[in-house]
Amino acid sequence: MSSAFPLLTLTIWLPIIGGVAVLASGDKAPAVSKWVALVFAVLTFVVSLGLWGGFDAASAEMQFVERAPWIPHFDVYYHLGIDGISLPLIVLTTFITIFVIIAGWEVITYKPSHYMAAFLIMEGIMVGVFSALDAILFYVFWEAMLIPMFLIIGVWGGPNRVYATIKFFLYTFFGSVFMLVALIYMSFQADSFGILDFHSLQLGLTEQVLIFIAFLLAFAVKVPMWPVHTWLPDAHVEAPTGGSVILAAIMLKIGGYGFLRFSLPITPDASSTLDWLIIAMSLIAVVYIGFVALVQQDMKKLIAYSSIAHMGFVTLGFFIAFMIFARSDVESGAVLGIQGGMVQMVSHGFISGALFLCVGVLYDRLHSRQIADYGGVINTMPVFGALLVFFAMANAGLPGTSGFVGEFMVILASFRADFWFAVLAATTLILGAAYTLWMVKRVVFGPVASEKVAGLKDANGRELFVLGSLALAVLILGIWPAPLVEVMEASIQHLVEHIAVSKLPGAALPVAVHL
Amino acid sequence: MENVYLTIVLAPLLGSIIAGFFGGSIGRAGARWVTIIGVGISTLLSLYVLKLFIFDDQPVFNQAIYTWMVTDGISFEIGFLVDKLTALMIAVVTFVSLMVHIYTIGYMADDEHNWPKDSLAGRNSYQRFFSYISLFTFSMLMLVMSNNFLQLFFGWEAVGLVSYLLIGFWSTRESAIFANLKAFLVNRVGDFGFILGIAAIGMYFSSMDYAEVFAKAPELADARMPVWGDTTWSVMTVICVLLFIGAMGKSAQVPLHVWLPDSMEGPTPISALIHAATMVTAGIFMVARMSPLYELSEAALTFVMVIGATTAFFMGLVGLVQNDIKRVVAYSTLSQLGYMITALGASAYAAGIFHLMTHAFFKALLFLAAGSVIIAMHHNQDIRHMGGLRRYMPITWITALVGSLALIGFPGFSGFFSKDAIIEAVALSRVSGAGYATLLLTLGVFITALYSFRMYFLVFHGRGRMDEHTRHHLHESPPVVWVPLVLLAIPSVIIGWIAIEPLLFGDWFKDVIYVAPEHAVLAQLGEHYHGQWGFILHGLVAWPFWLAMAGLGLAAYVYWYLHARRPQLEDELRERFAWAYRVLDRKYGFDDFNQTVLAGGSRGLGETLWSAGDRKLIDGWIVNGSARAVGWFAQRARHLQTGYLYHYAIAMILGLVVLLALFVAL
Repeated sequence: MSSAFPLLTLTIWLPIIGGVAVLASGDKAPAVSKWVALVFAVLTFVVSLGLWGGFDAASAEMQFVERAPWIPHFDVYYHLGIDGISLPLIVLTTFITIFVIIAGWEVITYKPSHYMAAFLIMEGIMVGVFSALDAILFYVFWEAMLIPMFLIIGVWGGPNRVYATIKFFLYTFFGSVFMLVALIYMSFQADSFGILDFHSLQLGLTEQVLIFIAFLLAFAVKVPMWPVHTWLPDAHVEAPTGGSVILAAIMLKIGGYGFLRFSLPITPDASSTLDWLIIAMSLIAVVYIGFVALVQQDMKKLIAYSSIAHMGFVTLGFFIAFMIFARSDVESGAVLGIQGGMVQMVSHGFISGALFLCVGVLYDRLHSRQIADYGGVINTMPVFGALLVFFAMANAGLPGTSGFVGEFMVILASFRADFWFAVLAATTLILGAAYTLWMVKRVVFGPVASEKVAGLKDANGRELFVLGSLALAVLILGIWPAPLVEVMEASIQHLVEHIAVSKLPGAALPVAVHL
Repeated sequence: MENVYLTIVLAPLLGSIIAGFFGGSIGRAGARWVTIIGVGISTLLSLYVLKLFIFDDQPVFNQAIYTWMVTDGISFEIGFLVDKLTALMIAVVTFVSLMVHIYTIGYMADDEHNWPKDSLAGRNSYQRFFSYISLFTFSMLMLVMSNNFLQLFFGWEAVGLVSYLLIGFWSTRESAIFANLKAFLVNRVGDFGFILGIAAIGMYFSSMDYAEVFAKAPELADARMPVWGDTTWSVMTVICVLLFIGAMGKSAQVPLHVWLPDSMEGPTPISALIHAATMVTAGIFMVARMSPLYELSEAALTFVMVIGATTAFFMGLVGLVQNDIKRVVAYSTLSQLGYMITALGASAYAAGIFHLMTHAFFKALLFLAAGSVIIAMHHNQDIRHMGGLRRYMPITWITALVGSLALIGFPGFSGFFSKDAIIEAVALSRVSGAGYATLLLTLGVFITALYSFRMYFLVFHGRGRMDEHTRHHLHESPPVVWVPLVLLAIPSVIIGWIAIEPLLFGDWFKDVIYVAPEHAVLAQLGEHYHGQWGFILHGLVAWPFWLAMAGLGLAAYVYWYLHARRPQLEDELRERFAWAYRVLDRKYGFDDFNQTVLAGGSRGLGETLWSAGDRKLIDGWIVNGSARAVGWFAQRARHLQTGYLYHYAIAMILGLVVLLALFVAL
């Protein structure tokens, strides 16, 4: 289905044009550039709502497709389109960006126009990643994304930002080089750079395994999965608040998205063969990282580790599908797992974004992220404290918040694969609550810990608007996840049908098809 | 009816939202009224619904309210199931909650004194408290009115959340925020099992709906699930035990009971709410609701029974050495919950629910009476500093006496009927472990009477041991405090007499609770039931009655008669039985174990994984190691670029020679 009006192009380029405009306006009139940035962010969000409105949830086809020759010589197309997997992530991107702009409003004093511009450009690029259907276009967006983030951390970051940026850059770049090789290899096989053409590519098991590993290196770093996660805490600690929010809320999701768009459909047999590896890595992320998060003294590090643990649910949900196929006594659950992973990604976008914003609110006042420097914040910032407790509960997966939905679905699905997977996954109920609420106890509750805390002022209107909006999103998604689940249902159903069929010529099914 | 049911649930929620978000603008009176009206409406409607079920043959309501989501063939819904069990529960929950709301007006009137002067959290704390207790009521109602496992879990966790907020209500107190974190985490350990149980249900039944699951359950009676290698476990046992782990958290059964005594850090009204009507009853209710599942697994029933009996007896023992008035009552709650759980294990679900109901009234009464004493004592909670209070606060005294008699099962009082029924039913049970349970429950009666009346005599009789200032100000609490006491005392006396016939031996639970014929202990008991008088007369010649009297008598002798003459007697006893005292005082070491082994171990493990795994292995060796390796290589390679022209010239010539040689050779 092709739309007459290039809505996707608009969603990608509107913020980028806005970013350039903000950049051009310079810092002579910071107020103007901030407002311009905000207007563009809101407009982009409105446009993305147009995508949601015009999206046909009953269809698994790519929608809002645009296709134009880009580099004809190499058969590269400017090819865009979205399905139920990309749409929620695009809307999440445009939604979160608004709050990042608002959150930086008074806080960023050094070159605010550049700061705003970086986030707008980033937004366009990320939407591009989620909607590219041409491998080269995807790769360009994918790598381009690193540049604004590199600058955001490098320019507005903390004291140790050089180590963090280099580590971040090298880690992610290391991963993506192999992906490029895989993409080029497949383009030769398929005689096309079309990602959908890759999906139907018939590949032998060895080829699949190699391609799978190349993708894994790229995506596992982005998610990040244990054991390639150590760049994340460093990057978060050094990043300015907005950078952390985008990093946690959107950039990590690109890794998860990559698994669904590339690894699963292109290399289903390799995914099925190596599912134990991903599941092991995911469960280690949930349990090991849960314990590591418990002992963090820096709030941002703690939330960063909690992100890794929560993203473990995403990859677990995605790959549990193959174990479910392999069991003869279980009829369904694959869709549940993958959907759960998706819901978890969206929810984690809200919650981790909000938690990083909360830390930002505190950091802006006391210039410390150390848990030990706080205590009794509720006595001076009661409204903010209540919101922080709310987000902490959401992070701990309390039913009624979005944090519960994805975890619940993945636990339900993993029980169908193996009892012990579910047992390990469910430890998050205890560990997640332990590290999150222990932090809350030491930061929010208790008597006023110091003179500094005694002098804190409660969140202002701007901060309340940002946190309140996110709280509302977390609550709505927790109480009524049906709209989100429905919009992705057809696409994920289609994906599951696709990956349940072996690509190996004449091979017995890797999987019995029960759909 | 849907609207009636919705109103029952939503009225407290609405009150809570208004009081919570607009507490500042509507003020204390506004918050109080809006929540009391909300819960009041719920109470009236719940009583109306109960009346419909008793007299008008009200049909069962089982309907979805809205669809939470549909995925993979399972429909997750929010919906209500209102049958006779639910009707009874909502009546108890809302009534006790309403009493607690009214009582709170008086109890929390001076709450600003509990906060540091400049704490903004202390501003509007009164309104916030009302908001929380209404939210608590809402959560519990959602839990008991649910018609599916998803919403059950919602209510389950929401109750945990509100208890977290309430136990840590005085958030500037270190002990309170320790207790609330502990309560939440211990409950989460239970929920860990519970969610796995729900996942198992999702897998084997592909549905979250009670009715569908119960209908399909018999088909899975003999199903087994692979666990490890060739080992298989019975599906029903796994499901029931996992769900019961959740109940052990909420209903505070050994070893997940540790949060409950600490929850005394919260203001007294919530102790009454938690211990009587909400939260701790959730586990009992859940197992009774799931009777069609539990009946299919005798192993699970044994597990339930043994855990319950252990809790009932051993936690009662700990109650003997407590000196904090609220903690004595708290341990008695643990013990009584153990009785209810044991009843469930003996398949006497109705007896468990019956005891839940009588206990809700007399335990709420005892807590609120304790609170009334605490107000009079200026928040000194140590019973060793009390004494003779009956002269100053006659209403509190009489109501507390009523509550205590009900608790020990004095013939005719409500607790007598429910507790006797449980013990008799367990004695008839043929599930393994029933002998152990019968013995512990019977002995437990003696312990119950002993600690209850130890407290009663130390508080209300004898010589006043408080300081002069306190004694001078002793007086009966205001009507908002004592009216709820009286209103709770009435059902504490009569409800057993009224309810025993329909609940236990009538057909109240006929279509609600399923008991397999081979487990039908209550039906067996019913064959010998000839009215309340007969039941009482039969009780008078049975062990529990005499043990209760012995406990009461001993308490009276030691803590009333002897205590007046030898006040140091208890200290002497303590020294004489130092080892036993130590074991009980340390609460069998559960807290120490959790604190050092579990909490300390987790932190140590986290520390190790972080420093050895993340920082040393991954970052130190692999990441920075690769960086160093690259750096080392670059260092070496850099020497190639010396910047001297003749070096490059030589290199070029050498290269040329090599290439030429190659060409020639080829």
